[in-house]
Amino acid sequence: MSKVKQQEEIAIRVNDVSKNFKLPHEKTNSIKSGVLNVFRSKHKSVESQHALKHISFDVKKGEFFGIVGRNGSGKSTLLKILAGIYQPSDGSVETHGKLVPFIELGVGFNPELTGRENVYLNGAMLGFSEKQVDSMYDKIVEFAELKPFMDQKLKNYSSGMQVRLAFSMAIRADADILLIDEVLAVGDADFQRKCFKYFNQLKATRKTVIFVSHDMGSVREYCDRAVLINEQELIYDGSASDVAEKYLKIMTPESIASAEEDKSTDGSIDERWGDGAFSISNVKCQVDDQYIHINYKAKAKVDCVDPVYGYSIRNDKGDEICGTNTLIVGRKTKSIKAGNSVVVSWKVDNIFTDGVYDIDVAVVYDNQLTVAEWRNRAASVEIKKVQRLPYPINPRSVVEVV
Amino acid sequence: MRKNIDNAITKYRYSAILLRQLVITEFKLRYQGSVLGYLWSLMRPLFLFLIMYVVFVYFLKIGGDVPFWPVQLLLGIVLWNFFAEVTNNGITSVVERGDIIRKINFPKYVIILSSAISAFINLLINLTVILVFMLISGVHLHVGMLLAPIFIFEIFAFAIGISFLLSAVFVKFRDINYIWEIVMQGLFYGSVVIYPITMVMERGGHFAQILLLNPVAQSIQDARHALVSPEAHTLFGLTGGNIWVSLIPVLIVILVSVFGIFVFKRQAPSFAENV
Repeated sequence: MSKVKQQEEIAIRVNDVSKNFKLPHEKTNSIKSGVLNVFRSKHKSVESQHALKHISFDVKKGEFFGIVGRNGSGKSTLLKILAGIYQPSDGSVETHGKLVPFIELGVGFNPELTGRENVYLNGAMLGFSEKQVDSMYDKIVEFAELKPFMDQKLKNYSSGMQVRLAFSMAIRADADILLIDEVLAVGDADFQRKCFKYFNQLKATRKTVIFVSHDMGSVREYCDRAVLINEQELIYDGSASDVAEKYLKIMTPESIASAEEDKSTDGSIDERWGDGAFSISNVKCQVDDQYIHINYKAKAKVDCVDPVYGYSIRNDKGDEICGTNTLIVGRKTKSIKAGNSVVVSWKVDNIFTDGVYDIDVAVVYDNQLTVAEWRNRAASVEIKKVQRLPYPINPRSVVEVV
Repeated sequence: MRKNIDNAITKYRYSAILLRQLVITEFKLRYQGSVLGYLWSLMRPLFLFLIMYVVFVYFLKIGGDVPFWPVQLLLGIVLWNFFAEVTNNGITSVVERGDIIRKINFPKYVIILSSAISAFINLLINLTVILVFMLISGVHLHVGMLLAPIFIFEIFAFAIGISFLLSAVFVKFRDINYIWEIVMQGLFYGSVVIYPITMVMERGGHFAQILLLNPVAQSIQDARHALVSPEAHTLFGLTGGNIWVSLIPVLIVILVSVFGIFVFKRQAPSFAENV
């Protein structure tokens, strides 16, 4: 009896799932190489790439469940296995209830068809018959705010219009279990707000949702429970806030470590570039409620007239969201002789919303085009304020209501 | 048990919905942007027929003594084109739908069926043209004509079976469509489309019978026999009513289809990774 009940309550059971991708060194895409490989079978080197190793967890009905991990950790592969798109190499996935995946919005959209025709096509992909689409058609169009455009071909839509149409289809999905990839929440701020509103709705109606993300803010906000995937393995299964914390721990030490490593001058080309007239070291970054403090030492290797010191901040998606330099802020710098160094200290208003930010620091010449030394992601900082907001910035707001 | 039935219903309902929409889409897109649109469905085989007629009947004097040869020629061309369209589109269809396969899980056989069915609709349009030609040429209408759908179905099943088999192989071996192009060239001349079977029979021996073991040739010839002229020779007739030999092409169709479906079913779960 209790076993039956337990069964009923589980939406998805992932049982020791592993996934390997076969990576033949030369992919046999033609019969010639296929035939040749048969004869050479001894030398045939098929490399197996492990994408997931022994993953097990349960998702209960009505849970908002997060799958968290860095890029390349295997979380997208896991999502595709849950969606039934990939087959696990080992282990099994049990699904109870109708599952609809949103790995991408508007699957099957065809640019040569009109908006209306695409609604029916995408509707079919989501499992709706023509009659069902008929009955919800007006609502879909209204929500997408595309009424005058429905008889135009999709190729004439702007990308924003396409996303709007696809999204208003997606929220109609009649599923017991929804798989949502974070890509869903891309787009402009207005669209993101719509997304978050939809998430809130899902949460309120107790839908089972599996949400893949590396945005800890939204994981903290929406997920009841989450798992953390790192290097193809499940390393933590627990409450969303614990998982978010663990995730940030994995993320941050590495950025700091790489910053420390860079004290020696041999950084990789990816991480530092420029003509080498300067070297930047001792990059430190601290945060309090009001300011982010960025400090670094810049040492000149050759004489330099009027160097310009700057920084920029990237969010966890890698977009540069702000930055400036001494020239822009109107701070005159002194020319510097070879072998001398200066310490640059920036104090930046902390108007950022919760998340992990990477800091780039740089010395450029006063034309602002030629770079003496630029260090990508020289430091990293986590901002954690009281509450999560669905906006890119979170300035201090004081209110008086009289 | 009850749950299994429910699951099956849900599964097939989804396939049916998807199949319907994909066929509609394919049909809409087929002649998109062309001025004459669907008229091309009729005009393509007609012009091909015209060329063949001028070259083979008028200049090379082939088939002059065969009753209703022009109509037989047109029927042969239309059925051959149908076979070619189903297989050619079928083979590449899985790869062409790769972007959807990678995003959503759905029954993959729907892809093959949707492209086959839209070719079939095209065939139906063409058959109405043939019907008009038959009436103009004074072909006698009789009950035996009702057998024709069986032979058309035989070609259809054969083409779908081949599509299942080769589309699954095409995902990994992209040479398949070039090979198939060459095979089709050979099959075209071996399928008694543009010359009457009587020409082969004149060479004597069992040539004609061997030729008709090919399911495409056999069903085209049988369809001609049923629809156009009872004098058109069939495998059954040529073997003197030997049922066992006459069943060989049918057996080939069944074997190819079963094998094709088997291979497709085995490969389908890994399409998303390999496509």
